[in-house]
Amino acid sequence: MDRRDFIRKSIQAGLLAGTAASVGRFPNLLAYTNLHSPNQYDLVAIKGGEPDLMFDKAIESLGGMKAFVKKGQKVVVKPNIGWDVTPDRAGNTNPVLVKRIIQHCYEAGAKEVYVFDNTCDDWKRCYSNSGIEKAVKDAGGKIVSGDSERYYQQVEVKKGKKLKETKVHELILESDVFINVPILKNHSSTELTISMKNLMGNVWDRGYWHRNDLNQCIADFSSFRKPDLNIVDAYYILKENGPRGVSKGDVVLMKSQIISTDIVAADAAAAKLFGLEPATISYIKLASDMKLGQMDLSKLNINRIIL
Amino acid sequence: MNFMKLKIVRVYVALFFFFITSILFLDIIHILPSYITPYLLYFQFVPSTIKFFNQFSILATGFIIVIIVTLIFGRLYCTSVCPLGTLQDIISRMALFINKKKYFRMLNDFKLLKYSILTMTLISIFSGSLVLLNLLDPFSLTGKIFSNILRLLLIPVNNLAAFTLEQFDVYKVYPVELKALSWLAIVFSSSILLIIGIMSFTKGRLYCNTVCPVGTVLGLTSRFSLFKITIDEYECSGCGMCETVCKAGCIDNENKIIDFERCVTCLNCFTVCPSNGIVFKSSFPAFSNNRGSQVDNDKRKFFTRFFIGVIGLSEFLRAQVKIIPKKESTLPVIKKVYTTPPGSMGTEHYYSNCTACHLCVSACPTHVLQPSFLEHGWLNILQPYLDNSAAYCTFECVRCTEVCPTEAILPLSVEKKRILQIGKTNFVKENCVVETEGTACGACSEHCPTKAVIMIPYKNNLKIPEVRNEYCVGCGACEYACPTQPYKAIYVEGNPVHQIAKEAPEERFEQEVNYKEKFPF
Repeated sequence: MDRRDFIRKSIQAGLLAGTAASVGRFPNLLAYTNLHSPNQYDLVAIKGGEPDLMFDKAIESLGGMKAFVKKGQKVVVKPNIGWDVTPDRAGNTNPVLVKRIIQHCYEAGAKEVYVFDNTCDDWKRCYSNSGIEKAVKDAGGKIVSGDSERYYQQVEVKKGKKLKETKVHELILESDVFINVPILKNHSSTELTISMKNLMGNVWDRGYWHRNDLNQCIADFSSFRKPDLNIVDAYYILKENGPRGVSKGDVVLMKSQIISTDIVAADAAAAKLFGLEPATISYIKLASDMKLGQMDLSKLNINRIIL
Repeated sequence: MNFMKLKIVRVYVALFFFFITSILFLDIIHILPSYITPYLLYFQFVPSTIKFFNQFSILATGFIIVIIVTLIFGRLYCTSVCPLGTLQDIISRMALFINKKKYFRMLNDFKLLKYSILTMTLISIFSGSLVLLNLLDPFSLTGKIFSNILRLLLIPVNNLAAFTLEQFDVYKVYPVELKALSWLAIVFSSSILLIIGIMSFTKGRLYCNTVCPVGTVLGLTSRFSLFKITIDEYECSGCGMCETVCKAGCIDNENKIIDFERCVTCLNCFTVCPSNGIVFKSSFPAFSNNRGSQVDNDKRKFFTRFFIGVIGLSEFLRAQVKIIPKKESTLPVIKKVYTTPPGSMGTEHYYSNCTACHLCVSACPTHVLQPSFLEHGWLNILQPYLDNSAAYCTFECVRCTEVCPTEAILPLSVEKKRILQIGKTNFVKENCVVETEGTACGACSEHCPTKAVIMIPYKNNLKIPEVRNEYCVGCGACEYACPTQPYKAIYVEGNPVHQIAKEAPEERFEQEVNYKEKFPF
């Protein structure tokens, strides 16, 4: 009973925050920055280093992880673990980065850090071959299955145009802090998969999205519970044959990373990095139209770091 | 000799084999490495025999040892190695526990029935269908019972544990999601368990001595055993204790006869005999007997004729069951051939070697392997097929090829698996979301491990799937991922003979990235 109450409360809180946020110019910043001191930067882009080192520098310029994670909080880190491929194939988020993020969370006083994904390929193979299971365990985090429908709770997507309700993993609903850690990849149907598309791993029935205007559903779900932080891994990126990739030949070593609390801004910057105009990516445009974030990078205060 | 101790050893050996067999089928979270399976199932008679004639390997010689042991001591196999035998013993033990006054009696020997069943089974085997063997072989039946009943009961128990622990923030035990259920397999296995359960509850090893083709074969073999259990007429006091404990029902104490063909060498009779009335008697002198050799000649003639008859009849039947390719169908979602597991080489090898023990069904991590109903046709009922509506075959997984006890699924390296084409993909544009709804999808192409399904430009800035079957491995990921209902817009048609796919060309990108260059924003 306790847990049910807790879930209900956290959904209510989330909806309240969402409603409050919708009036602001940077809704997601408003929703979450009221917990900590306002950030100097809206977005940090960094390149030229290893994933963990780049994250150290980037998060530092946003005031460190303690600006996002408070003592005793439950944190959920959601990387992309969709495919049964090794890290150098760029199908999944880099495990080195995932490990460092978890370490930062614990240093900031997190009570517990959970990691999961609703994978496409066999989940046990994905968790193990992506190197993420080991990374999470090494960092002291908890790796959780996303492979059972019973983990997913029915929720309402208030702002959704096509996606009105869906089943969401309980960790997303129960955790105090939600950190989204996608990898920047080519995608066969949506051109790119970055932060917003990565949220598809939070839900049980992806088929519904595919049947009912995929791009609109991606934008819709981004309005549900926006991540407190989006960390785009662009160390290895998949240039072609995404999202799974066929061989190492599809991969380019970009050594980059983008961090933002604004999911639309993060995706827009990542798209630029990939070499595409954000407005040409259907769901980025749709999310911008729904005022879920800022697609126009010229309006943002960006910290660009070249190591 | 202390037969009590020997019997205890026999019971432990039986429990050991029962345990390792059950754990293979009930390992729902796959902790056991699959490569140990052939060692654990080395002695299983039918799997070993099929494997031996399939492709000779030292790991397939178990049945020869079983025959040798039978030729020395009789049907020890039935009482110690056979998992169905032990299951029946457990059930008849329960019967004895419930009704303490229960005892066994000499049973009728259903000679005609058991030899007819064996004959028909052999005829069907030689004519290329394993259907009878699949329905009667004790190992496969045990497999079906474990895989389709006990495993399915174990999964909710595991999941309950997982969700209970989760309340305490422990995620180490994880739930197992059942992607599909084969009702036929469940109903069949439950009926078999019920029938054999009742038979063993009331009459002990009745199944083994009337139905089981392995029991009949080993029974015939044990006619020539070196040592046979017999009643020593001088030592026997005629108390009849031995008959009451004989679960095979093969002791006639009144006439002091033991029908050794039906005896499973469980040693129960030794342990209760108050005198030394039960003995292992060497049957060597019988061979030097002249009268005996005459009988042997008759037998030889009989067996020669019998086998010629069996093979002749089976050749006739084989001609009847040839797989005739069906006509082109206008309904695109009706599959003509269902995919057989990777390593099975194609329908012919697979159909004629799989005994439907369902170990691969238990071992398959994605549950794409499911017992078939009519997917492979009546003659191959219950043999597993790839159910792509439930899941798809993992690109680099070869678990089923490692566990198959009969080598109906031959071992396969991951390198070979990557280019093995078990089926081909068909795209039904009329069903596709991109065509019908005019919205983006591409779930099929997303999941394709070889990019045999690519997205090509289509009207209104959309992209639509295109299939390049030369790269297709037939895993069924596209079919599984396809969101359309009720009919899929993309599906895999099994290859009757597995083929080799082309390796997808490697794309190479400019690796020279200038990390000092400014950001494009």
